[in-house]
Amino acid sequence: MNINLEKINGYNVLFIKEERIDAHNSGELKEYILHMIEQGEVNLVVQLEKVRFIDSSGLGALLSGYKNAAAKSGKLALACCKQQVLSMFEITRLNRVFEIYADLDEAFDNQI
Amino acid sequence: MCTSVLQVEVIIPTQTKYLDLIGSIGEHIAKELDDFSGDREALAYHLNLVLTEATTNAIKHGNYDDPKDTVRIAINIHNNELIIKVYDHGQGFDLEKVPLPDFDNPKECGMGLFFIRTLMDTVSYSRQGDSNVLKIVKYLN
Repeated sequence: MNINLEKINGYNVLFIKEERIDAHNSGELKEYILHMIEQGEVNLVVQLEKVRFIDSSGLGALLSGYKNAAAKSGKLALACCKQQVLSMFEITRLNRVFEIYADLDEAFDNQI
Repeated sequence: MCTSVLQVEVIIPTQTKYLDLIGSIGEHIAKELDDFSGDREALAYHLNLVLTEATTNAIKHGNYDDPKDTVRIAINIHNNELIIKVYDHGQGFDLEKVPLPDFDNPKECGMGLFFIRTLMDTVSYSRQGDSNVLKIVKYLN
């Protein structure tokens, strides 16, 4: 899983540099997020602009991160989802769980 | 009407690195269908997803991660029906007993079959010889 990490406005922004998140790489994404939270980095934005496909295991990895961040009074939000990726969150109603922002500016405006 | 006949059969090792290949086949088929009047981009994503989920299940649950085992995937279009069959060699499971996800208390697992059932028209799981077969049908008209 190719991820670029940048600290912007006090948030850790994870730029996912993969077109596809599936059962082959979602475990790595889950571990990466959990490792950050264990290090005390509990405010995360996952930037999904490059991602054109996500499966149930990818949704599960993000949900795991969301729950673990929330358990430590942090927040994991999503930004820049392509329409078809967003529709996966809608079908599973996970759009009611995650805060999903059109871009990073909107994410920062709403979270900080 | 989608009257063309198409048949694809792929056998892969039980390794998740092949999921992209299997999903891509579904996506390409959707984009090349003759005379399909629906949302082609949505169908492409849905076939990619359904093939990915069904193959993941066969790899993870069907074959107990045996590196020498294989998963067979057959895709067939005939009479406006797209039929996907995914064969595994595991213990099998009762499709009717797989619950819907709890939307008010979402879990990390258990959404794969929900996607298959939601996005396709019929789903069945049965024993055929020494294999189990997950049969998924999508009507194309």
